[in-house]
Amino acid sequence: MGEFQIKKQPRQYDAVIIGSGAGGGMAAYVLATAGLKVCLLEAGPMYDPATDSCQLKNPWESPRRGASTKYRPFGDFDGCYWGWEIDGEPYTNNGGQKWEWWRARMLGGRTNHWGRISLRFGPKDFKRKSIDGLGDDWPISYDDVKPYYDKIDKMLGVFGTNEGLENDPDGFFLPPPRPRLHELFIKKAATGIGIPVIPSRLSILTKQVNKERGQCFYCAQCGRSCKIYADFSASSCLVIPAIKTGNLDLVTNAMAREVLTNKEGLATGVSYINKDDMQEYQVTGRTVILAASACESARLLLNSRSQRHPNGLANSSNVVGKYLHDSTGADMGGIIPELFDRKRYNEDGVGGMHVYTPWWLDNKKLDFPRGYHIEYGGGFGMPLYGFNWGIEKLNGAYKIKGKEKEPGGYGASLKEDYRFFFGSHVGMAGRGEAVAREDNYCEIDPEMVDKFGIPVLRFHTQYSDYEIKQAKHMKETFAEILHAMGAVITWGGDDGPQNNYGLHAPGNIIHEAGTVRMGDDPKKSALNKWSQAHDCKNLFCVDGGQFVSQGDKNITWSILALSMRASEHIVEELKKNNL
Amino acid sequence: MDRRKSIKTLLIGTVSAGVLVEACTTEDKKKVLANDNAKISGLNRMKEEAEHEKEVNSKTFFTDHELATITLLGDIIIPKDEVSGSASDAKVPEFIEFIVKDMPQHQTPMRGGLRWLDMQCLTRFDKTFKDCSHEQQIEIVNDIAYPVIKDKNGKLLSKRTIKPGYEQGVSFFSLVRNLTATGFYTSAIGMKDVGYMGNTPNQWNGVPEDVLKQYGLAYTEKELKECISFDKK
Repeated sequence: MGEFQIKKQPRQYDAVIIGSGAGGGMAAYVLATAGLKVCLLEAGPMYDPATDSCQLKNPWESPRRGASTKYRPFGDFDGCYWGWEIDGEPYTNNGGQKWEWWRARMLGGRTNHWGRISLRFGPKDFKRKSIDGLGDDWPISYDDVKPYYDKIDKMLGVFGTNEGLENDPDGFFLPPPRPRLHELFIKKAATGIGIPVIPSRLSILTKQVNKERGQCFYCAQCGRSCKIYADFSASSCLVIPAIKTGNLDLVTNAMAREVLTNKEGLATGVSYINKDDMQEYQVTGRTVILAASACESARLLLNSRSQRHPNGLANSSNVVGKYLHDSTGADMGGIIPELFDRKRYNEDGVGGMHVYTPWWLDNKKLDFPRGYHIEYGGGFGMPLYGFNWGIEKLNGAYKIKGKEKEPGGYGASLKEDYRFFFGSHVGMAGRGEAVAREDNYCEIDPEMVDKFGIPVLRFHTQYSDYEIKQAKHMKETFAEILHAMGAVITWGGDDGPQNNYGLHAPGNIIHEAGTVRMGDDPKKSALNKWSQAHDCKNLFCVDGGQFVSQGDKNITWSILALSMRASEHIVEELKKNNL
Repeated sequence: MDRRKSIKTLLIGTVSAGVLVEACTTEDKKKVLANDNAKISGLNRMKEEAEHEKEVNSKTFFTDHELATITLLGDIIIPKDEVSGSASDAKVPEFIEFIVKDMPQHQTPMRGGLRWLDMQCLTRFDKTFKDCSHEQQIEIVNDIAYPVIKDKNGKLLSKRTIKPGYEQGVSFFSLVRNLTATGFYTSAIGMKDVGYMGNTPNQWNGVPEDVLKQYGLAYTEKELKECISFDKK
């Protein structure tokens, strides 16, 4: 290893933030804009969508035609570095269902490629225990968070419509794009059987919100990150503007090892490895803000043991790592014979669905306690690796331009088949709320370290009947909608009790939350209602870790709102010298 | 060519050819592939994946004989027609060479399948597939191009059965068909053929009027009022 020493940065910051995604990016933005001196540690390299996005590249510009690799599990053009596995950074599973852990390593984290689905939690989502007796209520209510949702709607931009729905609150929306053809089919069919379909709510700018960011030009490639910043990424919309204040020092390729504390048990800074020179560094600050992702933040706390915090930092309650949960997920797809041989036109639209279905039923009348929303896909997508795979399953099943054909085949006739079926596929995905449970957890694996010598996480997660019955309901609903629109199910139709109705493995939906949860009782929670550690007043956690439950919504918009709320609180407290 | 001799040719054509051609043609082939990939170096790559790509590109998987067979099969599957060019026009063989190195799970089915095909051709025609006449090639392709497929209700969609002993050949041909199709339609020629018209800055103004009409659909008043529109007034 050669020369090896710990290098201490002489500068004392007002805050050291670990992680540059939605939570950390927002904290960096709020604090730096307020004039505080901030050090932001990011475990991956610099990334600026303006220069680094693969937007508008053609499929043949990737030698693998957009296929996935372990470096980019969502495809070669995707805007996220790493994913399910990272070289030299293992994690383990200990019984139960295998937890699948997505980790981004880059400025902005996974917000560079996320689906931009920006759903506020509703009033009920903060008080689920009061409704069904399961899990816990949050220590805060919708009214506490509403002002911050309002602010980020206006500041970051989100399209949608005010529908006056009780648990899917109205907001400050930009106009949504008109539905695509298959979305009109879905809407007609679903509403005909009592399932609402409304404009989706995505943080994509159909109108300009400020001079730094452009207006969407409808390439459908938000997943690659946007060169003109027309969608929300923490890199483009938070961290890069924060750097421009002159108050933020960004340290990339900085893998946090632990949070440092003093004799009084207060946080003093963070120790990290610089991946470029493999040297050990320490940076000090008046406050430390964790935003490394729910599981990485829990890992950091559990690895930050000291005399004052023998069970790990902020963990006298012993809840750190527990209550780990992800959105549930189950999917189904089909083909719409009415759309065979369709007229061609550019229907890219925005990066994602133009319509969706919010949860529409009453769980009191169902055999599972929590709801789900439905996301839709289909139409003329860009051909990428896997495109036109498996024609033999289709071309013998339907008359093609009036002719019956044999499955498979070759030649000019086969080329006709590929053209005939293009744009007729449709898919739907349920994303639901799992009940957060104490016995679903991550902990430090006593036997394994990563390549930096940092002890790794070991997961133990298990779905209950609640989630499995919910997945069954999703599948039944999808089949009803597909049937009502005259579609034929082509995948996801064979799932049943033998495989939990196609319920994805926990972690797979990439909405990890709950591991550093907030609450009023220090014995049952790690953080108070300001995302501040009960045991350590100058330590905060502003990522998905603080969530008590995650509703049937995607969590990013709530991470942003809660991080903004906590960060404004930190600014006030620092000004008052309370931290 | 007698059978024994042709097996010898086959051996040179596959196993030992990897060594034999190393000195001459592989260099040229590498150059061609390297040039192709230089074009894609415009993609943003993080350090680790750039290294991976370099390593993949430094290797050659298929022998000249194998690649020639893949080219013939590809052009039978996707020939030139009145709409567009052939698989080889779209450089599908080069794509398949790359993808089997990038996705090693395809290597054995492809190499073994090619060998299976040559063995059938040797038995039947005393020649490897590559050296067969076009009529002979089509004769054997007809035996492996039609898998037995049942619909969801178990109803048989296929009209013919697979010759005993040809099941593996059918699986191999399906893999070649899939790789060829995915390679072709993700090329500039194929994307134009299938009619994908996106990937360009534009203004989404909803489904074209004539298409709405064709399917008996219309936007609601609410949608027309709420949604972004680029109607030229």
